[in-house]
This record gives sequence, structure tokens and C-alpha cells, in this order.
Amino acid sequence: MVQRNRIVANLDWVTILLWLLMISFGWMNIYSANIMEAHGGIFDFSQRFGKQLIWIGASLLLAMLMLVLDAKFYIYFSYLLYIVLLGVLLGVLVFGKEINGARSWFIIGGFQLQPSEFAKPITALALANLLTSHNYNIRRFWHLIKAFAIIAAPPMLILLQPDLGSVLVYSAFLLVLFREGFSSNIMMMLAALGLLFFTTLLLEKALLLLILFSITLILSMIIARSFKKGAVNAAIVAALFGILFGVNYLLQTEFSLFVLGLAALTPVAVIITINGFRLREYVQMKILAGLLISILFIISVDFAMNNVLKPHQQHRIYVTLGIEDDPQGVGYNVNQSKIAIGSGGFSGKGYLNGTQTKLHFVPEQSTDFIFCTVGEEWGFLGTSFVILLYVGFLLRIIVLAERQRSSFSRIFGYGFISIILIHFIVNVGMTIGLLPVIGIPLPFFSYGGSSLWTFTMFLFIFLRLDASRLELLR
Amino acid sequence: MNQYRDRRYVFAAAIILVGLLFMIRLFHIQVMDNSYEQYALSNAQSVRTIYPARGLIYDRTGKIMVYNKAAYDIMVIPRQLETFDTTELCAILKITRESARERLSSAKSYSYRVPSVFMKQVSYENAALLQEKMFQFPGLYVQTRTLREYTSPIASHALGYVGEVDQDHLDKDPYYQMGDYIGVSGVEKAYEEYLRGQKGKDIFLKDVHNQAIESYEEGKLDVSVEVGKNLTTTLDMELQAYGEELMSHYVGSVVALEPKSGEVLALVSAPSYSPDLLVGRSLGVEFGKLATDTLNPLFNRALMAQYPPGSTFKTIMGLIGLQEKVITKKTEHHCYYGFYVGNIHTACHLHETPLNLIEAIQNSCNTYFINVLKSILQDVKFASAAEAYDNWRQHLLSMGFAQSLGIELTNELNGNIPTSDYFNRIYGENHWNYLTIRSLAIGQGELLATPLQMANMAATIANRGYYITPHLISEIEGEESIDEAYAKKHYTSIDTSCYGPIVDGMDLVINGGAGSTARNAKIEGITVCGKTGTAENPHGNDHSIFIAFAPKINPKIAIAVYVENQGFGTTYAAPIASLMIEKYLTGEVKRTWYENWVKQLIQPVAPARKKDSIVNDTLQNN
Repeated sequence: MVQRNRIVANLDWVTILLWLLMISFGWMNIYSANIMEAHGGIFDFSQRFGKQLIWIGASLLLAMLMLVLDAKFYIYFSYLLYIVLLGVLLGVLVFGKEINGARSWFIIGGFQLQPSEFAKPITALALANLLTSHNYNIRRFWHLIKAFAIIAAPPMLILLQPDLGSVLVYSAFLLVLFREGFSSNIMMMLAALGLLFFTTLLLEKALLLLILFSITLILSMIIARSFKKGAVNAAIVAALFGILFGVNYLLQTEFSLFVLGLAALTPVAVIITINGFRLREYVQMKILAGLLISILFIISVDFAMNNVLKPHQQHRIYVTLGIEDDPQGVGYNVNQSKIAIGSGGFSGKGYLNGTQTKLHFVPEQSTDFIFCTVGEEWGFLGTSFVILLYVGFLLRIIVLAERQRSSFSRIFGYGFISIILIHFIVNVGMTIGLLPVIGIPLPFFSYGGSSLWTFTMFLFIFLRLDASRLELLR
Repeated sequence: MNQYRDRRYVFAAAIILVGLLFMIRLFHIQVMDNSYEQYALSNAQSVRTIYPARGLIYDRTGKIMVYNKAAYDIMVIPRQLETFDTTELCAILKITRESARERLSSAKSYSYRVPSVFMKQVSYENAALLQEKMFQFPGLYVQTRTLREYTSPIASHALGYVGEVDQDHLDKDPYYQMGDYIGVSGVEKAYEEYLRGQKGKDIFLKDVHNQAIESYEEGKLDVSVEVGKNLTTTLDMELQAYGEELMSHYVGSVVALEPKSGEVLALVSAPSYSPDLLVGRSLGVEFGKLATDTLNPLFNRALMAQYPPGSTFKTIMGLIGLQEKVITKKTEHHCYYGFYVGNIHTACHLHETPLNLIEAIQNSCNTYFINVLKSILQDVKFASAAEAYDNWRQHLLSMGFAQSLGIELTNELNGNIPTSDYFNRIYGENHWNYLTIRSLAIGQGELLATPLQMANMAATIANRGYYITPHLISEIEGEESIDEAYAKKHYTSIDTSCYGPIVDGMDLVINGGAGSTARNAKIEGITVCGKTGTAENPHGNDHSIFIAFAPKINPKIAIAVYVENQGFGTTYAAPIASLMIEKYLTGEVKRTWYENWVKQLIQPVAPARKKDSIVNDTLQNN
């Protein structure tokens, strides 16, 4: 009893209060999104709001269970849990039930469970264990690869399912590595490549080439502090391109604009390289190398998309990014979502008075698009409240994570922060039309047991570690 | 690691930045920009689904079989309803107020926001009238759809019907919405994805009078409608109609194929029903009636009825015997009123003796083919009867028996050829021989085949050794070719040279004079080759069977006829096949007296006197 009391005393009640605020406000909006004129009260378990009450009740129990377990349990069993998890993910591929084309669900007694959700906290545990193991040094190549392997294994298995959203979520674990000393240069490079990857899919290759060329040109002008040289180079490239384009047109040899652009760039690139060696202008050569790497990357992404992936996989990715239309029309949903949020105005239409979000035009109104209901019924005040709630919650977790003496606890805390942050960014960004539609839930708000339980467990494992912060030293 | 402690500020800054960015964006779309509010306030967008016309279906000669007529559904979105003059609405639609109230409450119980059907398929006049007064009835609108119409009430089993999509499909395929139509059976189901086309979507703004005023975002998000693809079936409308007419007094099936292409010329299952019955509003009621009919007209006998092949199977026995070189066409066997070994006896009818292979087919001699089975199973090439039997069965599999052939329709059954394991289980290993299973030699016993498989067998013999999977569609609009599975030649495991004597025997069955079992199937000027059969039926009278192809050289048609409970093959099945062949090859039927006899307009006695042979034939055939 004594020890348990100490846990209660050491728990961070501010965080718990924020957590309770989020799930109750979330439930209110799920209720509003699903309310029909005729239903059997809030305990109507055939309705989503009724079911969500069960999920919330169960998550309270889960939270307590997480607190009752000894903090050391999480540290000692982290690898074992991780191995069990990989087994389960393999199992779901074989025995799982297919919903919406993704074989990622177990059906247990009428309820659906998505094991890929539970993979998140367990991966964070395993990662924390690895990074705190004896003599681990993140700046060493093979040590880093180990960390990558732990992060990458679950999404690899999930990708077979195939659920692109989950894969994106796991990339957030790179942020944890960043906090633990992962080179910021490599981090920026990875971010740049990620950006390039998406732009390759989104834009015409020729246009992308033009953009990259312009960036390179401007960079080199700034570094050389000279406008003239760059302008001459640009003129040469433009003239060459014009000639090639004309020849291509006259001879009707159907080279793509991208190929013509590459051909036009080559002579200038060769001249710069030769001059670079001669005049020892290594900075300029580095910029040029960056351009070359980017071009190679574009070509390989393009090749992989068109030749390695099967047509239905390509389609899935394109639909996810909102490039191709699917039968339900992704573009249309985003518009509906924006209209719903936009029509809320400053103070909203009032609770339960929303009209747009209840339209079936926004198909995932209580899961992925729950933020629409907030926007429509509570207006700018409501959406700001939710965003401030998240910002406050995340900042509070940072404070908690930084006060740990145990690196394990801190790393796990940052794992939690990273995962919540990416969900928050992608989900809200998608509903307000800033990011493409990628179906991942808004933590603690969206309807669904698996995600609510996952995030609750994630949070309370961390709070349990935090409660023992004075005892844990590793 | 604490040397990186400062990186926490990067995290904090990123979080605050994201929050700030989101709030600016939200401030912009929620507070600054009023256009979203207007869209929503005027309840503005409406999505109008445009249903494409379903693809048309033509017969092989280019005559239209299935087309569309427009139908108008009155749809309701309960949430948009305002008080209106119910009396006027009821007057236009000619329904009672109670009925209107019921319809509304059922729509509400489905959904307040999703349109549901208020009234199905109202007349053009009513729909037009309602359209004019639509401003009085916010929440209601007219939805144009297409329904199937048929130029002739035939081929319902092959064509199938179109009905409202069920929950199962709604769950599986997001293309469909409640109330949409989908091919439920037949060609309509098999080629649904071609026939249905692509639904269009118009998104537009409405004014307060419930009228469309402009398209939303200049139609950027609209989906254009694509009309369904037209199909050409392999069916010959006239032949199909003629087959159905001939079979109208009987229960059974007729399947006619073009041997060299595997195209189905006619697919008759009797009793049939008019495809018009299963269209639109009447579908539910009529389907119920058909489903409870004791003769089961919905049952597609051509693909699903499994009968013993009867004596027609003797042709196959001959083929396998020749292939295994256990007989030649000169092999003779004696027969005196049947087959006797010890106290085992299988009866046969009176005919000359001894007979060679060709004559045995002509006379349909039971004894002969039991002896063929004996030679096959006692072949010294094999270690045991079971092994020889398995080899025999393998030949049958190569001819398409005991498996669904793969016609487009999904309800095709397999038929049955028992395995040696089956007999091992019943009689014990090595405790059975040709005597135990002698009924197989004459097409009885455990053998089962569908009429389609029988027609395919006739086509295989006509082709002298190969068949092409029977199929119903020869052309899809906009596609270069149909599924290549319907072009592939399936060669049987029997050499082409073996077919000659069998074809000669089948020629004599009809054109051989005395001793021939189906002289009545003869057509002047055309060499028809055929074989009669009778399937023993434990439930009642035997089934009458006939398979045939014509002409003998370069056959144009192969046919199988089953007439349930009508006794010997010669009696009805052979004349029906003969008339069908005459109709297809010459375009008209000159033997009208014969036609009338098949249609039972005259008693069988009358032509029997005139042609004297028919009574004898019926006795002769097994």
C-alpha cells in the first residue's frame, strides 16, 4: 500500500487532467457526429457513441493496469514484448480479417482489434531499451542501423497489409533519434529526401527538374556572390533546351521533357566539374553533386513506382496522396471537410447543431474526420481549444521527459511525443486541406477502440515510468 | 546524452509552430473567409448521380435482344423536407396519404441524410409533372434510371436479370449505393463490369427553391458518366426462340454449340419464363411466384441439371476402346437379347448379330459396349482393373466431364465420373471388375453430366478431337478480344484417327436404314450424325436424350437435347434435335407435321402409321 500511494503521489495529475479533457471532448463530438433522431440514449451500444463509451471505460481500466505494473517490468520485458509483437503482426497477415482491402484486423467476440496500433508503444519500449544498452553510441554506423531496424520492422510487416498511414507514423521515431544525438545534417538530408519523394509523386518530373535547377542556380549565385556566372549558365541551359526541343519536335523522336532537360543540363554540369577541379571551387561542386543525387533519386523513385510496385499498390499510393481519384472521390471529401470546418465561423453553430458533418459526404466523420465536427459546431474557439490542448499536452510531456534521470524513460517519453505529434499534424492538416488525405486517427478524439487503447497505454506506461523517476537510473 | 539536451527546444519550437500554423489556417477558413459559410448555409451542394444506360446485348446476327427504357424514381432526402402540400403530391403520384406517410417514415428510418427511393418507376408523365412543381416539394427530386427491356421473351436463363444491389455487394464494392441496380444472374452478372458503365456525379449548388443553379467549382469535381459497353452474344435469336417453342410442352434442356468456336447457339432450359417478368417493380412479386413454382423455372437445367448420359455415352466408350487399342472398328461381338454371364444379365433389344463397332453404335447394342468395358478394364497394360479404370476416367476428364467447363455463367455444375477410390470404398479394393460396374458402359449408374457437357461432347466428336470452352459472348464493345480462355483448343487424350469410325456409326444411327435407332431425325440433303439415349430415372419415367451434329463434314452445329420423363431418346429428343438442326442450317423448317407432333398438336399414332417406323424405333432403342 505504501508503495502504491507513492505512485499516486508521484503521478503527474496535470497530464491526466489534459488526457481526460481530450477523451471527454472527443466523445462529445463522436456523439454529435452520430446522433440520429431515433436512438436509445447515450448507452445505445449499437451506435458508435455507445461503443466508444465501452472503449473509454476499458481504457480507464487499462490505464490503471499500466500503473499497477512495476516500472522495471517495462524495461526488462521490452524486447520480449517486441518479439511477441512481430509474431502477432505476422499472425494477422495469415489469420486476420480483411476490412477495406487491408488484412490488419483480428475479430475477437464481435470486436475488431488492429494489432498494428499496439505496435507503437512496444516499438518505443524496444527502441528505448536499445538506445540505453551498454556502450551504445548512436553516432556509430552499425549501432544506428540497429535502431533503424527496430523502427522499421513493424511497419515493414504492416506494409504488407497494406496500410501506408501506419508506415508514415513510424518515420516519426526518427525524431527520437534526433533528440538522442542523431546527426542533424543527416536528419535534414532525410527530411529533404522525404520531401523530394512526395514531390516526385505529386509533380511532373520535368517541372521538378526545373525547380531543382532553379534552387541550385540560386544557391550557387548566393555562394559565389556573383549573378553573372549563374545567369550565363542558365542561358546556356535554356538555349540548349530550346534547340533540343525544336529538334525533338521536327524529328518527332518522342523524348520526354525530362530527358531533354537532362540533356540540356549535361554540358554545363561537365564544364562546372572541370572548372571546379581546376579552380578548386569545391563548394560549387558540392551543390552540383546535390543536384545529381536528387536527379538520381527522382529517377529511381519513378522507376520503383512504375516498375517494381504492382498497379493496385501504385493506385493505393496515388489515391492516398490525392493524385488519383478513387470511386468515392478523395478531393471531394477534403472539400466537404473544409466546408464543414469553414462554416463553423468564429463560435460555431452550437453543440449538436452541425449540419455539414452529419452529411454522409464526409465518410469517416467520427474516425479520421472528427475534427470537422469540432470545427463546425464549436467554431474557431473550439478548434483553437483543441489545438492549444494538444500543444499544451505535448509541451507538458516534454517537461516530464526532460526531468527523467533514466534515459530509458526519457527516450520512451520522446517516442510518445513523436507519435502523437505526427498523428496530430497529419490528421488536422488533412482535414483543413493542408496535407493529402492519409487515414490516421486524431489521438484520444477519434472513434475506435484500438487507437484509444494504444495511446492510453502509451501515455500511462510513460506516466508509470515518470512516477518512479527517483528510482530509475538507467 | 545530455549534451543534446538543448534539442528539446527544437521539439518545443516545432510543436508551437505547428499549432500556430494550424490556428492561422483555421482563422482564415473559419473567420476570414465567408464563402464556406455560404456553401453550407444555403444547404447548397447537391450531388446528382447520373446513371449510365446499361450496355445493349445483340444476338450473333446483330439483332438487338436487350435494350433499355427510361424509368423515373422519386427520391427523398428526409432532412431537407419542409412542410408541403401532401394532397397535391398524392394527386400527382396517384397514391393515398397513408401510403405517402408510410413511404416517408421508411425513408427516415433508413437515413435522414442519404437519399432513398420515395416511389419507384413512376410514369414519364408523372415524373415530368412533378419536375415542374419541384419547387413546392423541397427534399424530393426525380432520379432517372434505366430498366431492361427485351425484344423477345426468350433466353432468360442465359441473359439473367438485373436487380437492386444487395447488402453483400454494398459492403464489398464502394461503387454501388443503396438502390443501384446490378446484374444478378446470367450474362448480366458475368459481364456486369462492362455492362454497367460508370456512374457520373454532378455537384451543383441549389437555390432556396430547390432548383439547381450552377455547378460547384466549375464542375472540377464532377465525374463524367460513361455509358455501358454493348455485348454481342453467341446466341442465335431465332434458333433460341424455336428451341424454347419446341420445349414449351416439356421439362428439359437443349444446348446447341458451334463446334469450331465453342459458341453457344442456343441455351434452352424448360420450363422457362419471360425475362420481362424480372424487371423493375414487378421483380419481387414475380420472382416469388417463379421460385415457388413446382417445375422450378428459375432452375437453369442446361447448366445445373445432372443426368446420366445414357446410350449416347457408347460413342465415348468406343473412342476410348480405339485409343487404348483394345478394339478395332472391326471387332465383333455376339448379342442375343442381352448380356449374360452367370446369373448376371443386362437386356438388349432385337438386332442382327454379330455386330462390329460401327454397327453396334448404329444399333445401340448394350452387350457390345459391356464387352468394350471388359476389354478396357482387362487391358494387360495395366496392373489392375482400378488402374485401367483410372486411365479410362482420365480420358473422360480430357473431354470436359466431371468438371465445370467454364462458361461465363457462375452456376454451372460439375457432373460426376466416380473415381476408382469410390468403387474401392463400396466393394473393397480388387473386389470389383467390369461386371460390377457394367452399367457405366451404357451410360447409366453413377455417371452424371449436364446438358452443356453433353453438347460439348457432341462438339468434340464433331471436331474430331478438341473442344473450345462453350461461351455466350463473342464481342465486347471497346475490347479487342474476349477472354483468351474462350479461344483455346482443348485437345482430348484421344487421337483424331479414332473419331472416324464413331462418326460413321453416328451417321448410320440416322441414315443407316434398318437397325438405325433414330431414322426419324433424318433431314433431306443434310448428313446428320447423332446418338440416342435414355437415362434411367429412379424418380419416374426415363429421360429422353439425343446428341447430334451436322453436317458430317465441316459441322456447323452440335446439339444435346434432354427431355425429362419422356422415355426413349427417339420419341421426342431426336425430333427436337433434328428440327433445331434443320432450322439453323436451312433457316426454315419444312417438316411442319413433325413440328406439330413434337408440340403434341397431333397424337404420336398418326405419324407412326404414316411413317411406320417410329413405333419400332421406340422399341429398338435402349
